[in-house]
Amino acid sequence: MAEVEVTRDGAVQTITLNRPDVLNAFNRALHAGLRDALKEARDDEVRAVVITGAGRGFCAGQDLAEFQAMPDIRDSLEQTYHPNIRAIRALEKPIIASVNGACAGAGLSLACACDLRIAADNAAFVPGFIGIGLVPDSGGTFFIHRLLGAPRAFEWMTSNRRLSAAEAHAWGLVSEVVKADALPTRTAELAATYAALPTRAIGMTKRLFDNADTATLEEQLALEAQLQAAATQTEDFREGVAAFHDKRPPKFSGN
Amino acid sequence: MAEPNVIVERDGRIGIVLMNRPQALNALSGELMSSVVGALEELDADPEIRAIVLGGGERAFAAGADIAELAAGTPISLYENRRIDQWDTIKNLRTPIVAAVSGFCLGGGCELAMLCDIVVASETAKFGQPEINLGVLPGAGGTQRLTRAVGKAIAMDVILTGRMLSAREALDFGLVARVVAKEAWLDEAKRVAHAIAAKGPVAVRLAKEAIDKAFEAPLAVGVDFERRAFYLARASEDAEEGLNAFVEKRPPEFKGR
Repeated sequence: MAEVEVTRDGAVQTITLNRPDVLNAFNRALHAGLRDALKEARDDEVRAVVITGAGRGFCAGQDLAEFQAMPDIRDSLEQTYHPNIRAIRALEKPIIASVNGACAGAGLSLACACDLRIAADNAAFVPGFIGIGLVPDSGGTFFIHRLLGAPRAFEWMTSNRRLSAAEAHAWGLVSEVVKADALPTRTAELAATYAALPTRAIGMTKRLFDNADTATLEEQLALEAQLQAAATQTEDFREGVAAFHDKRPPKFSGN
Repeated sequence: MAEPNVIVERDGRIGIVLMNRPQALNALSGELMSSVVGALEELDADPEIRAIVLGGGERAFAAGADIAELAAGTPISLYENRRIDQWDTIKNLRTPIVAAVSGFCLGGGCELAMLCDIVVASETAKFGQPEINLGVLPGAGGTQRLTRAVGKAIAMDVILTGRMLSAREALDFGLVARVVAKEAWLDEAKRVAHAIAAKGPVAVRLAKEAIDKAFEAPLAVGVDFERRAFYLARASEDAEEGLNAFVEKRPPEFKGR
């Protein structure tokens, strides 16, 4: 069985981390599989992506059995985690983390790098790193700081407190919590909704929000204008306007 | 018929030269450079053209020298054929040139961009002088112009390690003037060129010359040059028109005289 399974349902690509015996902990094979899957997601036919885990967990973070074998942690992070975190942000499509269970350490960073998080009611969110004397990596400090704000992010990541799905929802870490057995259906529904939206405009919106973190108002206004010029060139813009005039729902193609 | 290796367009008062060897990421062969220099010279000589955009493709402005040509050359043949010397022609053109950079801008590509007067970059642009990875060093002005653009610290880091600069870094370090969305690189460069083309050509050319003096001459000489250039521009019909239009609260119509 492959460490990462990729399935396609219409315009939705689902990436399943598949090492259920170890709660889908990261090893080299899992990184490589995720990298290939994210490359495949660039296919124009794909308009929404789901990342989820097989079995009881979403992703438990680094597989510590392989951790000992890393000669240079900086090189290793740069070769394994970083390309996938960058690929998630660079993919101009919505990526939904469907958190089906334990989400810890670098698994938490991975979920937080996605555009949306939806969780099963029995999912748990665990910082992890500080528990073994490490700092959050794989973008953890970057994304969690932005999702929760600095004070709460610091308190949580240093306390190593296990957060329930309900608490994660109250904090705004996940946008929705559903009964565990309903998660696949609700995820598919949400992904299908996103896959029917004007994909280019969604991708550009993702870029604009990423840019907004560090931009001045003037820089942001300029980038919005540049991307609006690009958006007006899309087929979906023409369709959107036509549908508005015809008083019918638009049928976006993603182009 | 084979695709031309440069595409030349005219849009009102601006000329656009696009390098077109996409399969080679616009590697700067002798042939391509001759075409680029020829196209720029022709536009420069055209009185209708007041600014030029020099660009590549989406994936690369130019990824460097043509490695095959470099490998086949001997030191004496490289010295004899004076291929690099023709690049100097670009610096002596009087029409402002805006480099439109998307994707790779490396080695000779980076040196070519630095020969232009203004660099506009896509957020995807990557700048660098990776010659060191091949056991050589920049040969068309890279060590000098990059150092003047970004300072010694960054120039040493970039040239000695061969690392690439992101568009954002290049902006922060002063190598490029503007960074825009990847969809807008060519459009933005054209906007810059149109903005320049709307000004008085006499003043624009004198100002370009004066700014270049800042890198060639001692300060007192540069300041003196500027003052004389200012008096010269004041004597132009365009200056008369510009001052009158300002007083009369109307847009000026510059004639290039």
